[in-house]
Amino acid sequence: MDSSAQYLMLSRREDFRDILEERRTSSDLSHALKSFTRMSSRASPPCSVSTLNKTVLESQHLHYIMQEVSKDTGEPLEAIREEAAGILEEMSQNLQLGYIRFLGFILSKVFKRLFRKINVNEEGLQRLQQAMQESPVVLMPNHRSYVDFLVLSYLLFTYDLSIPVIAAGIPLMGMQLIGEILRRSGAFFIRRSIGTDKLYWAVLSEYVKTILRKDFAPVEFYVEGLRSRTLKSLPPKLGMMHMVLEPFFKGEVYDISLVPISISYDRVVEESLLAYEILGVPKPKETTMGLLKARKVMDEDYGNMHVCFGHPLSVRDLAKGKVNRKQYNLIPRDLPMKPSESIHAFANTTAHLVLRLQQDNMVLSPWSLMATILMQNLGGINLKLLTKQTVWLKWLVLDFGALVDWPVQVADSEVMSSGLSLHHSVVRCEGDQVLLAEQKPQRGAAPEEAVFRRAVAVLMCASYRNQALHVLASPAMLSVALSLAAASSRADIYNLYAFLREMFYNEFIFIPDRTGQDFEEACSLLQKCGTVQIINQNIMVTDKGLSVTSFLTAAVEPFIDAYQVIFRYICSRSVQEFTEKQFISGIRTFTLNLILTGEVKSYDVLSSETQKNALASLVRLNALTKKKREEQTYFSPNKAAIGRTADILAGKIAPQARTYSRL
Amino acid sequence: MMGRGTAVGSRSGMASDRSGYGRQRAARQRLEVISGHLGRQEASGACEGRQADDVHRNAVPRRRQDVLKWNGWGFRDSKFLFNKKGLAELTGKRYQLSGTLMPGLKDWFEGTFGANLQHRSPAVPALNPSVVPPPNLHAAFVEALKEATIPCTHEPEDRVFHSHGHCLHEIFALREGKIGRVPDLVVWPGCHADVVRIVELACQHNVCLIPYGGGTSVSSALQCPLEESRCIISVDTSQMNRILWIDEKNLTAHVEAGIIGQDLERLLREHGYCTGHEPDSMEFSSLGGWVATRASGMKKNVYGNIEDLVVHIKMVTPCGVMEKSCQGPRISAGPDIHHFILGSEGTLGVVTEVTLKIRPFPEYRKYGSVVFPSFEQGVSCLREVAKQRCAPASIRLMDNAQFHFGHALRPQTSMFMSFLDGLKKFYITKFKGFDPQRLCVATLLFEGDQNHVLNQEQQVYDIAAQFGGLAAGEDNGQRGYLLTFIIAYLRDLGMEYYVIGESFETSVPWDRVLDLCRNVKERIERECKDRGVQFPPLSTCRVTQIYDAGACVYFYFAFNYRGLSDPMRLYEQVEHSAREEILASGGSLSHHHGVGKLRKQWMQETISKVGLGMLRSVKEHLDPQNIFGNRNLL
Repeated sequence: MDSSAQYLMLSRREDFRDILEERRTSSDLSHALKSFTRMSSRASPPCSVSTLNKTVLESQHLHYIMQEVSKDTGEPLEAIREEAAGILEEMSQNLQLGYIRFLGFILSKVFKRLFRKINVNEEGLQRLQQAMQESPVVLMPNHRSYVDFLVLSYLLFTYDLSIPVIAAGIPLMGMQLIGEILRRSGAFFIRRSIGTDKLYWAVLSEYVKTILRKDFAPVEFYVEGLRSRTLKSLPPKLGMMHMVLEPFFKGEVYDISLVPISISYDRVVEESLLAYEILGVPKPKETTMGLLKARKVMDEDYGNMHVCFGHPLSVRDLAKGKVNRKQYNLIPRDLPMKPSESIHAFANTTAHLVLRLQQDNMVLSPWSLMATILMQNLGGINLKLLTKQTVWLKWLVLDFGALVDWPVQVADSEVMSSGLSLHHSVVRCEGDQVLLAEQKPQRGAAPEEAVFRRAVAVLMCASYRNQALHVLASPAMLSVALSLAAASSRADIYNLYAFLREMFYNEFIFIPDRTGQDFEEACSLLQKCGTVQIINQNIMVTDKGLSVTSFLTAAVEPFIDAYQVIFRYICSRSVQEFTEKQFISGIRTFTLNLILTGEVKSYDVLSSETQKNALASLVRLNALTKKKREEQTYFSPNKAAIGRTADILAGKIAPQARTYSRL
Repeated sequence: MMGRGTAVGSRSGMASDRSGYGRQRAARQRLEVISGHLGRQEASGACEGRQADDVHRNAVPRRRQDVLKWNGWGFRDSKFLFNKKGLAELTGKRYQLSGTLMPGLKDWFEGTFGANLQHRSPAVPALNPSVVPPPNLHAAFVEALKEATIPCTHEPEDRVFHSHGHCLHEIFALREGKIGRVPDLVVWPGCHADVVRIVELACQHNVCLIPYGGGTSVSSALQCPLEESRCIISVDTSQMNRILWIDEKNLTAHVEAGIIGQDLERLLREHGYCTGHEPDSMEFSSLGGWVATRASGMKKNVYGNIEDLVVHIKMVTPCGVMEKSCQGPRISAGPDIHHFILGSEGTLGVVTEVTLKIRPFPEYRKYGSVVFPSFEQGVSCLREVAKQRCAPASIRLMDNAQFHFGHALRPQTSMFMSFLDGLKKFYITKFKGFDPQRLCVATLLFEGDQNHVLNQEQQVYDIAAQFGGLAAGEDNGQRGYLLTFIIAYLRDLGMEYYVIGESFETSVPWDRVLDLCRNVKERIERECKDRGVQFPPLSTCRVTQIYDAGACVYFYFAFNYRGLSDPMRLYEQVEHSAREEILASGGSLSHHHGVGKLRKQWMQETISKVGLGMLRSVKEHLDPQNIFGNRNLL
């Protein structure tokens, strides 16, 4: 068994402890001023920020790139060197314990106000401490809220662990004062679109690698690249991933520990913005004033937050047998080198593995289970029925191995009403009926306006459903495959499952090259809860299992519908090629009309995330060709292939047979 | 320790019963030829120029077990032990350190390994001849040997002695009294012509020959292949130990390849010369062994490695004798055929005679040492020394663990001396702020004419100062080099108390030295931990040679195996992992120990499939019957 499989099988039982409890009873000031000893016992003594930056600027790698750039542009080397120094200055963190203390004090106040509890698995922190003593550590949290940004530093400070340096988007730096405070709390800033700026890439990667080589501090970054507006995992970005792995491949450090961290919110602070962003209304620019205006969010209750520190992954373990480190033996390690195929595949698989482990350790709130049921009853649902179905779903996801924050010794009805009241911005009760809380459009507004307002309400609810979706995704793919398959043969069903997995690869984040194992796992999950029977290479849904498969199918139906609409749209257009921008605005109008006529019920198709994921899937399936011209990406469709894909998804034809790896 | 090649002994009194008295006078005259007159030995019949006196001139006799341990390193009269007071002591009189008490060793030993002097793991007291498998003799071959009056034996003691080198697993097995496949016959050729005859007969009778020099191999090269069903004959070259001539005009010496290092240097010294080739095994390893393994000497910075020293080689192969026709200092005539021989590890034939460069014995020698605040700074200093090409004859950098080890081996000193030491320690750790858990030491050996040495010394200390190095005195340096020859004895001491260990080496480009050292040491520690070794192992390294483009790094690895069920297997797994780590970190398969059978599995990835094919085709051409069947290398 390879080591990634071992990591996936590690126990997920975690005990959480509320760290705010102590903050509510003892002084925040003395917490902020407590003695802090960096618990890192390894080799070299810590170096200063200025030494770190000097090392970066004087590195052979940067020197080499600067010469190259100077040759390309004809500018003197000295000018390039200054440019590099400028980039580094803009980027560099300036971690100071004083600011961490200051921030610790402020955050104690803020967190107590926002959250009922911040639950942390202390065992995970112990494992982290151990990992920090053994090798450089990379903290890899999921990213659902701005609150993520400093909560880890706050926790590590509280538990006397090394404060991380954090990769942040450059817009944050633009915020007056805040930017500087963040910088001194360990943030370093990365431009959003680096593109092909060789020098920038070189400074950034040398900076990150030097921090790891010197074990200056743990590095924290979001492998998803961005805050997820859908509250679903985003497909990983590999740029930073490559940077943090390389020091190991090149033997510059013995090992690197990757620590997946799952941050789960009962209620996300910026929830009201999410739907707008997804619908393509640009998010407010990050400004200090904006933050101050957002102060009214401080008066709201955001329930519990869970931070779960996963098992540290040893890159050395993961790379065993997959990456031959000798490939670096024949070229000076400072020379820029395009990652080989094996390195690239390893970075990709590892990033997916981290995402998957993040998902595994997410703590589901009763509310996100409710939202999942609500999404299947958008017209409203009786509270009793909602309660019954939510409780049923709780048992199902527990069977599937999820962590659920369902209070013990509290009546289910109370859990329900607590969830509903916490999320008054999303749902309301009218008598026994539970309905989405949508703003009524102004009188005389266009019908499109009504659709838009409806969409905002639905997508907000969908976001909370999305928090639970990863638990259901694989069994749901299997359920869909079972419903589409013409026969019950295992091979047919596997084919469909694999096809769906490819189709929704970016939507639900599957680990590459694990189709066989994931299929087996999905089968055994459904078998375990009595949903399917497997007899003689046939997979059959049992009578009582029908409710489960139809529920699971319904859970992912909005996505299937959305993809079908998108396929239809692309096929209906006569143009040979289009840009992403053209596509997004076109599909919006197209869908609006379909929703107005009542032909389409899925609002997920309006989500720009879903639209982009669908494009990416078509590219993966070779039904869409992606071309770059003059800094612009163009897509040209293969309509026949898209039509075939749509037909398979509709159950009209069977997908091409593929070899079943684990039969 | 550097290059344990193969070595030689000399014949005992009863040995050569064939060099007739009539020849003796001619022989004595011939010996006088040594001072420069040409005198080439005819490759015909018996050996000319032999003298009964030779007996007393050789440090190791033909019956090796009379003088050397049968199941451990070195001379029988020299061994480490803890006396009744728990003070360590080296017995005998051979070494400068013999007889001195080392009070620090016990604490270091118990502290480092978690060992206890109460817990002993003694070796079997003597070889039990009945456990030695009976020889599988080839009657016709033996008969023919006797006809040719070449001495041979199938005594169990001799056969066992020739069945191994000094790998840990080989010595460990002997200590437990376990005897595996051993040669069936040991033969002692007295000269080139004898070897020619032996090889002819071997081809004729299809028996297997394994050349044996000093027996100091650490690559399982001397182990008899289990799959070999023919009669195996160990060809012990120790009787081919004469300097045949010295050419003072060209500064070369023509020497029989069986001579061992210390004899060679001593004999040359009598004429005012030296080769300067000093592998750490030079007390026992032989010239032929050096050639066969591409040995490296401690002072290679002045004198060069074996491939730089060799001017001419004569080797007997199953196809005949291979040698060049002249002694031009450099020849452009296709690939250098010497390089088929250098490193061939006994797979192609027996090296019988070698012409070596010699140098006038150096007029001035000076030791030195430098303390660095950290290993990193020490390596930077060595790198700079290499860059400025001002390396002394030897420069070695020990890591912190070895510094502590070296400290534990300090002899008992007077109150005054220990007071002085205390002052030095205070100066370095308190005044200069060196962390005792991080500092490391470089030892230096300068050799040459006095002016040159003094200038060079200044330059090296100036460079050291740039990297935070402090001169730490001649004594420390000298002691470092004294330990070179006794360190192998210490392994035997460890084995008395459940501690086993081994050393292995590599070469690596400069920019990867630190990464490789750290990764390999850490790999060893983690592998031990993962495999259930209770007490953290000793995992330490030093940089022993520097080159323009890189360095040679030497690792020591030892652990306490008390309570472990199969320590040898565990040891081998860890060593295997360590080698994998070396290769993954950009290090080579070996700098001078060679491949043997121990590292064979990595040959293909080391020299490519094509490269391996080239070597194979040479082997197939020279030795289609696989007469030289030790199965090393390929």
